Amino acid sequence: MAIIERPAPTLPAIVTPTTTYGVLKRPVSATGWRSWVFTVDHKKLGIMYGATAMFFFIVGGVEALLIRLQLAAPNGKVLNADLYNQMFTMHATTMVFLFVMPMAAGFANYFVPLQIGARDVAFPRLNAFGFWAFLFGGIFLNMAWFLGGAADGGWFMYAPNSGPVFSPTNGVDFWALGLQITGIASLTGAINLIITVLNMRAPGMSLMRMPIFTWMITVVQFLLLFAVPVITVALFLLSFQRNFGAQFFDVAAGADPLLWQHLFWIFGHPEVYILILPSFGIVSEVLPVFSRKPLFGYPFVVFSGAAIGFVGWGVWAHHMFASGLGPVSVAVFSLTTMAIAVPTGVKIINWTLTMWGGKLWFTTAMKFAIGLIVLFTVGGLSGVTHAVAPSDTQQTDTYYIVAHFHYVLFGGAVLGIFSGFYYWWPKVFGKMLNEKLGSWNFWLMVIGLNLTFGPMHILGLQGQPRRMYQWTEARAGEGFFNFAFWNLVASIGSFILAVGILLFLINVVITARNPQKAPLDPWNARSLEWMTTNPPKEHNFDVIPTVHHLDDFFHQKYEEDATTHIMTQVRTAEEIMAEQERNAEKHIHMPSPSYWPIVLAFGLPVITFGLIYSHLISVIGGVIVLFAAYGWALESSTAPDSDFENNSPGSGLDKVTANHD
Amino acid sequence: MTTNTADTTHEKQHGMSDAGYIRIAIILAAITGLEVSTYYVDFGVLFLPALLIMMVIKFVMVVSYFMHLKFDNKMFSFLFYAGLVLAVGVYAAFLATFKFFIQ
Amino acid sequence: MTDVIHGHASSTGISNVKLGMWAFLGSECLLFGGLISTYMLYRGRVTGGPRPSQIFDIPFTSVSSFVLLMSSLTMVLAVSAAHKDDDRKINLWLTVTALLGATFVGGQVYEFTAFYKEGLGFSTSLFGSSFYTLTGFHGVHVTVGIIMLMSLVGILKRSSVPGKKAEVVEMIGLYWHFVDIVWIIIFTLVYLIPV
Repeated sequence: MAIIERPAPTLPAIVTPTTTYGVLKRPVSATGWRSWVFTVDHKKLGIMYGATAMFFFIVGGVEALLIRLQLAAPNGKVLNADLYNQMFTMHATTMVFLFVMPMAAGFANYFVPLQIGARDVAFPRLNAFGFWAFLFGGIFLNMAWFLGGAADGGWFMYAPNSGPVFSPTNGVDFWALGLQITGIASLTGAINLIITVLNMRAPGMSLMRMPIFTWMITVVQFLLLFAVPVITVALFLLSFQRNFGAQFFDVAAGADPLLWQHLFWIFGHPEVYILILPSFGIVSEVLPVFSRKPLFGYPFVVFSGAAIGFVGWGVWAHHMFASGLGPVSVAVFSLTTMAIAVPTGVKIINWTLTMWGGKLWFTTAMKFAIGLIVLFTVGGLSGVTHAVAPSDTQQTDTYYIVAHFHYVLFGGAVLGIFSGFYYWWPKVFGKMLNEKLGSWNFWLMVIGLNLTFGPMHILGLQGQPRRMYQWTEARAGEGFFNFAFWNLVASIGSFILAVGILLFLINVVITARNPQKAPLDPWNARSLEWMTTNPPKEHNFDVIPTVHHLDDFFHQKYEEDATTHIMTQVRTAEEIMAEQERNAEKHIHMPSPSYWPIVLAFGLPVITFGLIYSHLISVIGGVIVLFAAYGWALESSTAPDSDFENNSPGSGLDKVTANHD
Repeated sequence: MTTNTADTTHEKQHGMSDAGYIRIAIILAAITGLEVSTYYVDFGVLFLPALLIMMVIKFVMVVSYFMHLKFDNKMFSFLFYAGLVLAVGVYAAFLATFKFFIQ
Repeated sequence: MTDVIHGHASSTGISNVKLGMWAFLGSECLLFGGLISTYMLYRGRVTGGPRPSQIFDIPFTSVSSFVLLMSSLTMVLAVSAAHKDDDRKINLWLTVTALLGATFVGGQVYEFTAFYKEGLGFSTSLFGSSFYTLTGFHGVHVTVGIIMLMSLVGILKRSSVPGKKAEVVEMIGLYWHFVDIVWIIIFTLVYLIPV
């Protein structure tokens, strides 16, 4: 390895608050808690998303363990019926809205700008606002636990069951309003990432040269952009019904109970692709790197992802086959649902063929990726059985459904996320997660999840309903299909799963204490995010890369022999980095920290809290929002050039106009 | 770096004069008058299709001219019409499942 | 090197803010689509209180619709003035637009009051709930637009806005026109087509 001459690092862009718009001066701390709370850096926000999502993952996990404890034996006494209802409702809500979605948002925030060769996202302050709105929305949702009881209508909260008659506590109100807040977070995040991908790519980074992860995230953001407003409508109708006496779901007044179901699932089905596609993107990055081959059929993976996103809009009513839609609707949605299995199958085949003939390197990240392929396929196959309406009618509201969506969500989305942890940890934190512990982590999780969710297929086909808080010995059945045996297996499995996840947390702590730094390019990776330091500098790239290929970083390291077609290494990652640092651009002005995103986001739960308890509090929240909106509008995204200390006076200030957002 | 290209491409995108805008507004006002007249005059079988067509014409005119979509970058059209087409398609299917169109 | 490089410059030359605004408006299509569909589903379901045809005042609503339509013209004239950097005209047309918008909202308040007196409350029937929700959402959008217009007038008088002035005016314009086209649809589907 060559000895690298490292020139003096680019001076950090420090901002002093000489120019003030509105009331508050800009925050300036580069260290300490203020540097996190007021940051607009996409990398810091990505880490904050990840850490918060991990916290909610543990909360949702504890809720799951309580559910499994309750069902481990007949006549469970751990939870009463009411608390059990709250537990499964909040378990699902937490896992979907407060873990998988924000964790994907964290990965997206961190890696999309890096993968497309950008220095930040299109709207840095909006990005910060999105994070805080998600955090405050998540806290607001869970406040209900301490204020009379959490939501108890199941995660899809079917009306009129979610009306005040059957859910008399404020739980459903907290749920509906909390999801509005996280919805605002998702919507702003989606707009931000779409514009980032459309408008901030490095020179030469055409759409068909973008890494698959970025592609899948883009599809997801479009789904969010168009799906979130639909749930917004549904949640408004529900809130108006509960709080202002509207009649939308009042059957006595002639309302159609299917209205909620349709609106929820028009959002809800794109939502399941919102949950899974980021993980598909992650494994599409991991598999080629550890197979030492380019991704097989890149365009097919891109277009199948886009096709899933598109067809995902035409299948929602398969969640409602048991609701009496009528034969035409059932037939149509049954066909579209079978059709959507095709692009998903295309992806599975492409991943398998990526590994075919490759030099496989079984790192923990690779194991999780392979785990996803296998276990998602299991979940996908049970999914196809739901597409067949007569079969689905038997399975609706049984544990068979629970088995199915845990295979696709845990076996799919969560394993993909863990694959991403192990793959990108050195990039984000500059240290490698322990591989040996990682292997234990992987195997315990895989064994645990199969023991937990595998038996649920049997339980479901035997007729154990979802959401039933107790089962009785008398109806448990005999022999191999005995409820008691399989429920116990599932409960034991859930604790093995929990130990597996605990090992991950231990791994994180051990890694943090380990002084050993990760190499620059530990996996011999292919995409642009690896063409920076570990962790990346605040401005990501010393020189904005010019892109010539798909997998551009790989092509900078390797060249193909014209006759033999063998790729030989011509440069190391260290040499590429050294060259970048030699040519480093100076005077890079990054977007400046701001108080307004967190203040604006804080106003939202104040408004919603007031809607439940006292409209006076809402007015205060409204004033906070308005105040922050003015502050935001009057402050430019990047501080004026004269505010940057390192500028010699008048140096080129008149030459460049900023794109203020 | 291409920091300031935004300024140069910006001005070209606006292909209409104030007089042109006023002409569009007069056409819009005339169509609105025609729409309101359906309340007073019996259009027979043409009533529903005529109203819907006039609605679409007004909608497209405001979007194309007042919102400049006709003259602007195609990416703007894509973002907007993607949402619009999806909304029309999804909600038409939604209403169809309630047998809304065959009353 | 003397050039200052900004960390989040756009690479295509298209404005980030404008792209973002169009994406937001695309998203709003799904929001209003849901509200309109809910109304269409429920407009004929009246178990108590008046039916739509019994209370709609078509001449009155036609006039207020016309006012909102013309506010789109004044808005586009403000944008046009902003591109010519004519501050006096920007102020004039923004203020006129806000006034026309306020007239529309005032008309809506009057209409709601009249309907309420005629027996259509928010919880009277499915028609009432869905009608007030749909038109109320639209009214809130118009009100937000008026606040933005008036704020912009105030800010332009005292100091400068961060970023390009013409672009800020144009963005508020896009929002305003969108609110107008939503009303074009509501006017036809809700008011002119009888149940």
